[in-house]
Amino acid sequence: MAVGKSITRTEGRDKVTGKAKYIDDYTCPDMWYGKTLRSEIAHGRIISINFSDSFDWSQVVVVDYKDIPVKNLVALIFDDQPLLAESVVKHVGEPIILIAAPSKELAERAIKNIEITYEAFPAALSIEESLSVKAKIFGDDNIFKHYTITRGSVADAFQSAEIVVEGSYFVGHQEQLYIETNGVIATTKKDGSIIIQGSMQCPYYIHRAIKEIFGLSDEQVVVIQTVTGGGFGGKEDFPSVVAGHAALLSRKCGHPVKIVYERGEDFAASTKRHPALIKHRTGLTRDGQLLATEVDITFDGGAYCTLSPVVLSRGVIHAIGPYKCPNVKINGSVVATNTPPNGAFRGFGVPQACFAGEMHMEKIAKTLGISSVELRRKNMLREGDITSTGQKLLYSVGTQEVLDTVIERSDYLSRVEEYKNPSDNKCRGIGLSFFYHGGGFTGSGEEKIKGKAAVELDTHGQVKILTASTEIGQGTKTIFRQIVAEELGISLDSVIFGDTDTSKVPDSGPTVASRTCMVVGKVIQMAAANLKNEIKKLVAQKVNCDISQVEIANGQISCPDVEKLSFTQTAIECVKEHGEIKTMAQYSSPPGIKWDEINYTGDAYPVFSYGADVVEVEVDMDTYEVKITKVITASDIGKAINPAMAEGQIEGGMVQALGYGLCEEVVWRDGKILNNRFTNYIIPTALDIPEMETILVEKPYPYGPYGAKGLGELPMDGGAPALVAAIANATGAFITEIPATPERILAALEAK
Amino acid sequence: MSVQLNINNKDYVVEVAPMKRLLDVLREDIGLTGTKEGCGEGECGACSVFIDGSVVNSCLVPVCQTNGSKITTVEGLSNNELSKLQQAFIDCNAAQCGICIPGMLIAAQALLDLNPNPSRGEIREAIAGNLCRCTGYMKIVDAIEIAATANKG
Repeated sequence: MAVGKSITRTEGRDKVTGKAKYIDDYTCPDMWYGKTLRSEIAHGRIISINFSDSFDWSQVVVVDYKDIPVKNLVALIFDDQPLLAESVVKHVGEPIILIAAPSKELAERAIKNIEITYEAFPAALSIEESLSVKAKIFGDDNIFKHYTITRGSVADAFQSAEIVVEGSYFVGHQEQLYIETNGVIATTKKDGSIIIQGSMQCPYYIHRAIKEIFGLSDEQVVVIQTVTGGGFGGKEDFPSVVAGHAALLSRKCGHPVKIVYERGEDFAASTKRHPALIKHRTGLTRDGQLLATEVDITFDGGAYCTLSPVVLSRGVIHAIGPYKCPNVKINGSVVATNTPPNGAFRGFGVPQACFAGEMHMEKIAKTLGISSVELRRKNMLREGDITSTGQKLLYSVGTQEVLDTVIERSDYLSRVEEYKNPSDNKCRGIGLSFFYHGGGFTGSGEEKIKGKAAVELDTHGQVKILTASTEIGQGTKTIFRQIVAEELGISLDSVIFGDTDTSKVPDSGPTVASRTCMVVGKVIQMAAANLKNEIKKLVAQKVNCDISQVEIANGQISCPDVEKLSFTQTAIECVKEHGEIKTMAQYSSPPGIKWDEINYTGDAYPVFSYGADVVEVEVDMDTYEVKITKVITASDIGKAINPAMAEGQIEGGMVQALGYGLCEEVVWRDGKILNNRFTNYIIPTALDIPEMETILVEKPYPYGPYGAKGLGELPMDGGAPALVAAIANATGAFITEIPATPERILAALEAK
Repeated sequence: MSVQLNINNKDYVVEVAPMKRLLDVLREDIGLTGTKEGCGEGECGACSVFIDGSVVNSCLVPVCQTNGSKITTVEGLSNNELSKLQQAFIDCNAAQCGICIPGMLIAAQALLDLNPNPSRGEIREAIAGNLCRCTGYMKIVDAIEIAATANKG
């Protein structure tokens, strides 16, 4: 049995010996280095670009938008983002000029010898300034996208509500802060074809972007992923920009060009989590039954659209959390501001929605004077219940299990009582959050992508996995090998993971949306089942029996009246006789899935994963410093293909979520980030985080591989509200804006 | 200038600019790319190496200061066989994306050299200068604890 075991990481040995090669570890003799000159103003027109006479420009290659052969565009959803600015710049850090030089130092010197003068325009730097159209950035109203979800009649339901609770919540930017910065090497061949190697989540996104920029065919662009040092969404769409720049430089200078960002540049220029202003208005009975919920969500998309409509869509769908409410109205907009474009970050709109929604549940409980545990239990979704989009939850609903588990394990109710009377100037508190996360793309997304994957039997009798799903630390290589070994009934050693190279692997869709295991893993399982069938067929022919009589298990093939055959030996013989055997599979939706894109109703996701977090804190009432003392989390992920790796994902996501709630804050002045460094953008260290208890709950999803559902994003959702609820319970400071810095705690106490 | 270095028990003489960062000398002049750059300002610890037995962020050290020094990088932690610490990192699934792991291993080895039987709190303190964005540190602490136990056996 391979599935359900904590197998060690496929590429583990390389990662602990320093042999794993990340993009910056590659070099070639004739390689040049690329650098980017960026806008220093938030909004304006470029008046002049002056190249200093004191620099010898013949040593370097200069690229601007005029060097772009076909489309000056980063292809994604809307065609609004130029690869290089032409006359107008819309955010600080927008790329304008590129330099390639034989050394990094020379490229840097060249950049310093260019001076750009601007005519500054008014800039809209916040949601409020965008909505008042202080500056026109997108269309006439600065709204990239708007969604509405309507269920029942909120107007009528508010009439009959015994109590109405309102609240307004705000979350700021968060940086993904993968420890490996963005980087690529682009090589232009003599025939004009382009090879991109680099750090990335989605090789086929880059493939498409490069094709559009250069007007090349599928075959003329090859994208190869190198070992990738973390992504968390930050390497979903952004690497298309870096790759496009490096390819332009390579094409012009005739050398392979490496661009690897320094930390400050990566931080200042790349996408972040969308800031959000979220308002709730909730009508209930006096004993806490939800009757009507109205939510108004506004996301700050930054200067260009990137993935914002999709992020908003997920935020809107998850706005009321895992609760049933018969009357719902959710309005969501994402607006343009003169700040760097925001994009994908683990959770993808849900951490924002979850912070607001769960803090609001705390507020409701306090207003009603009932326990927030009781409030959640009373309203939680259970099997057969219907979500805000009208989706009936038919299976794999682990809501009660995850909530009960964390309440019991933390002894939540006793702790609440115990912490009511602090004995010294250290206040203690415990907080809870309860959440869900839809697995895979929203609505008909998976049906549109129709992800493909394949397995191939090679001359050594090994099964090679061919997929564009990337290993970015989350364990793709290992769990896919486990799934294939399990399906074929062979040992893990017989399964290898092929190179992530668009010239060799089919498009499995992007490595995002908690879909790698649940969606692509299922496709891999189907491809393996097809291969198993092919092998059985060949063996049946050979030994002259019926295919149904052939069985493969434990690395052996058995059929009637023949001694057991070794899988590997038989596979080698099959390949010798018939050539390499490759089987492909493609995604198909589970039965009965219906989604109405226009009215935003129906089955938003094939299935949801569920989580509950409990966080305990100790707050120093002199300094308002918060120490996190305990973290317990329960996650219903259907089935853990690899429990140790699943725990690792949850623990890592949880710490990102606690950083979001506690200390991670991007500081801005005039559209410029002031703390684009590790020195002053603070993420949790090993000392900031206590020992965590991570509990896996397995309510199998009938259409996932061995029951597995989405996992990657769920642990990012609930940490911040559980932490902030604990601070509220400890101190009485009800904080509605994160991170919960000492200043915000003090302000909340003073406002009481 | 000409700089003499003993790296992972091998002698090197390199001709480099005196202010070139040790990190770049290791990666570019020696070709040992196991040591990583995460921030370039001594905050993340991805570039940690031993210089004469002390753990140092190699991004902060001009190579001229290391003339005649003995340096150990992640590549020097094992010969043909993995060290107990490296094996424990594999067994505990302590590496995810892996970019912080070379530095993390150096910091952990330094701790075990000084304190063969550390508590989990002491382990956390020892790796507090090494940022990891993937793991939440739990499995890294587990691995170091298990390596310490293996040392005793």
